[in-house]
Amino acid sequence: MTVPAKPVEQLDRVVIRFAGDSGDGMQLTGDRFTSETAQLGNDISTLPNFPAEIRAPAGTLPGVSSFQVHFADFDILTPGDSPNVLVAMNPAALKANLADLPPGADIIVNTDEFTKRNLAKVGWAVSPLDDGTLSQWAVHPVALTSMTVGALAGSGLSKKDAERAKNMFALGLLSWMYSRPYESTLRFLERKFAKRPELVAANKAAFLAGWNFGETTEDFAVRYEVKPARMAAGTYRNITGNAALALGLVAAGVRAKLPVFLGAYPITPASDILHELSKHKRFGVTTLQAEDEIAAIGAALGASYGGALGVTTTSGPGVALKGETISLAIALELPLVIIDVQRAGPSTGMPTKTEQADLNMALYGRHGEAPLAVIAPRSPSDCFHAAIEAARIALKYRTPVILLSDNYVANGSEPWLLPEVADLPDISVAFTTEPNGDDGRFLPYLRDPQTMARPWAIPGTAGLEHRIGGLEKADKTGDISYDPANHEFMVRTRAARIENIPVPDVEVEDPDENARVLVLGWGSTYGPIGAACRALRQRGLPIAQAHLRHLAPLPANLGAVLSAYDKVVVPEMNLGQLAHVIRARYLIDAVAFNQVSGLPFTAATLENTLEDVVKNG
Amino acid sequence: MVSIPLTPVKLTTKDFKSDQEVRWCPGCGDYAILAAVQSFMPELGIARENTVFVSGIGCSSRFPYYMNTYGLHSIHGRAPAIATGLSVSRPDLSVWVVTGDGDALSIGGNHLIHALRRNVNLKILLFNNRIYGLTKGQYSPTSEIGKVTKSTPVGSADAPFNPLSLALGAEATFVARTIDSDRKHLQSVLRAAAEHEGSAFVEIYQNCNIFNDGAFDLIKDPGTRDEHLIRLEQGQPITFGTDQQFSVVHPGGSFGLSVLPSADLGTETPVVHDATVDDPAYAFALSRLSGSDLNTTPIGIFRNVQRPSYDELIQKQLLDAKAQSTGTPEAMLSDLLTSGDTWTIL
Repeated sequence: MTVPAKPVEQLDRVVIRFAGDSGDGMQLTGDRFTSETAQLGNDISTLPNFPAEIRAPAGTLPGVSSFQVHFADFDILTPGDSPNVLVAMNPAALKANLADLPPGADIIVNTDEFTKRNLAKVGWAVSPLDDGTLSQWAVHPVALTSMTVGALAGSGLSKKDAERAKNMFALGLLSWMYSRPYESTLRFLERKFAKRPELVAANKAAFLAGWNFGETTEDFAVRYEVKPARMAAGTYRNITGNAALALGLVAAGVRAKLPVFLGAYPITPASDILHELSKHKRFGVTTLQAEDEIAAIGAALGASYGGALGVTTTSGPGVALKGETISLAIALELPLVIIDVQRAGPSTGMPTKTEQADLNMALYGRHGEAPLAVIAPRSPSDCFHAAIEAARIALKYRTPVILLSDNYVANGSEPWLLPEVADLPDISVAFTTEPNGDDGRFLPYLRDPQTMARPWAIPGTAGLEHRIGGLEKADKTGDISYDPANHEFMVRTRAARIENIPVPDVEVEDPDENARVLVLGWGSTYGPIGAACRALRQRGLPIAQAHLRHLAPLPANLGAVLSAYDKVVVPEMNLGQLAHVIRARYLIDAVAFNQVSGLPFTAATLENTLEDVVKNG
Repeated sequence: MVSIPLTPVKLTTKDFKSDQEVRWCPGCGDYAILAAVQSFMPELGIARENTVFVSGIGCSSRFPYYMNTYGLHSIHGRAPAIATGLSVSRPDLSVWVVTGDGDALSIGGNHLIHALRRNVNLKILLFNNRIYGLTKGQYSPTSEIGKVTKSTPVGSADAPFNPLSLALGAEATFVARTIDSDRKHLQSVLRAAAEHEGSAFVEIYQNCNIFNDGAFDLIKDPGTRDEHLIRLEQGQPITFGTDQQFSVVHPGGSFGLSVLPSADLGTETPVVHDATVDDPAYAFALSRLSGSDLNTTPIGIFRNVQRPSYDELIQKQLLDAKAQSTGTPEAMLSDLLTSGDTWTIL
């Protein structure tokens, strides 16, 4: 790295948003900047935001794709509410993001794209660069495209191909501004374009041109540094929620000593789990891209019946289709993991936007009395451990488990302290191999008195041949039964066996130890709620935070925890689904605070709301 | 590749009868099929515990309860999907799907065609009675047009599926038809299906004596069957009727096959049946000889060709990936978790 020629200013945290057309490579640019930042040891949180259309018309507002990265020298919980720096590759990217910028923020604009035609596409008659529209911000006009093309003159690339490297110019400039190490990016380009050496050279040249531009131009007077965060010792990698879920499922297979079988149908935003798992066949992971959502879960259930760890991954519309098969799995009492990466609904809704509105479906969305276990990860890296926990419950208690992720954790990323494999829980269970009845008979519904789980006797086991199905079964024998008393008993038993699954107590974070208000969340809202609580405490307003991982069954201490506070606030990205459960179950007058915009809560929004409750009750 | 374990002791029909009381209506064709399957299974020599029957919903789908093997009575239409997951993950099992015309062709049509096009190693027995029995008498996707039922008081306007044409359209590698009442023929078809590697699709004409009695009498009744039933025999000319009075021919300039009086053949010769013809067009043409009226109905094996099963291809991918990796699963997992760009904080 070159020695900095300009003064260096220290910052504790920065939020950068890269925004451009869907074809401008903004996700890649953000991803690389994140990776460079991770190497430096900052704490990180990222949030991609992209349209569902693969390529919306170029230069239009619906086509804008962005990637936000928040990095700091302390531990952070969210990708940041508002960017300190916006990189806008065209007028649409500028217009779409302007409202989120606080006064004084830096805007780096690609002036080459501010043509009359492109301005007209977003309804600007006059360029905002010229008419004072941007006076409250620090605007840095940069001719990104033409400088990239200039830097690549003589490379032999066509003008069009050369222009495509402009995202690397932008990345080089930002990497210079924030003193990021760039060796990993150069290595990445070598890997990515291994078969096209001319593109490796061009992208490297564009990146370095951007870096050098920062160093020489007078427009950027200082560069910045953000020192490494004080994080727990260990080895880290940056990871998205979907990748962590996939790795968690691989780990679950290893720790259960069972082959993993994934049945899945492509659906946004869950498909990346299928993509990732399909790479890990060496672990005995089978992935079946089924003909539909129903076949996907059917195949997974068939594999579970045969002794595999059956998994299906989907989003809300897929869970709706899988409902009947989930009920069958409940009747069969077989292990099954159902992963719902929630998106904004109903119907197709907004497939690339986040929401937590599938909680009711997970808890209740089936015919008959059909209880199962539900858990939710709180952050991208937590998805790894949540996947193992889902598999553990499914295997030990022979039940389907729904894991509720969402688009925010699925596509967001953060540093992940890598666990030692030996420290991961052993979740192996034994198949039944011997008859369990008095007379040498096999009773497929004779339960373990402790776990209430029935035997898992897989085909191929001599002497235990038996038939099971969706018809009501007699207790113990599993024979078809229409006996009224038996049905009543079986319905209550299925409810009790889920209710009796031991789950860890919910923990309360109340460092001031005198809070009168408790904020209760679940799933991906952990970050923004935590950030809001921290901000309030720093201002001398005590507040307690509790966050649920287990939504069914609920932790045994939850009622006592909630009763200990004057007020309980439940923020959710739905219209109050958990709040309803809390009110119904514990008779507590919980205050629901809801947002269903398709976007995660900002810490500031929650801080304002919670401040009001803390001050005014 | 993993093979299906054989039984160390000789099994009998009795070994395949479960302790459950059979509860189909008296006189149902399903009894005959059950008896034929139970007495045929010992022939295969497969360990009983490695045999699994998977079904959906409908009268026929009660079948697994009566077989003393492993059995899964699932939900409407989904048996091929569930059986696919089971078969692919357990190559040591002989997996049979029992389904009906409503289960396989209506609510489960999608799963059926996808199991067939993948060539999953399943033996699929479709009991076709051309009616909904369990829901008490509505028309099915194989009911003839104009059929008067509880849900079609003035006749059905739905054109029926030809199940064999559908299976052949999905390029099923083994396609056959047989009849509940002809135990010898039924068992010969099951034998060939069991020996087939990949999907074997067997349509079994089955009489529902309550809601559609006599649906197949034309090809069952000794007085009429010879004039209408075409028995396909590998390597034999396709002829039928008293003294082989009718022949199946491939007229010049035509895409399909036709039935002609043998006396009128002239220079033409009857088609010699060959189920191993790779082009599904031949078997498809055979399947088109029979319509709802059963006037000229072939039974036997229409198509029996070799193509790698889905199970085999998937197992090979897993074995290849495992062969290229070393170390314990825990060590491999540790490598996987620490792959990519990592950094260490001391």
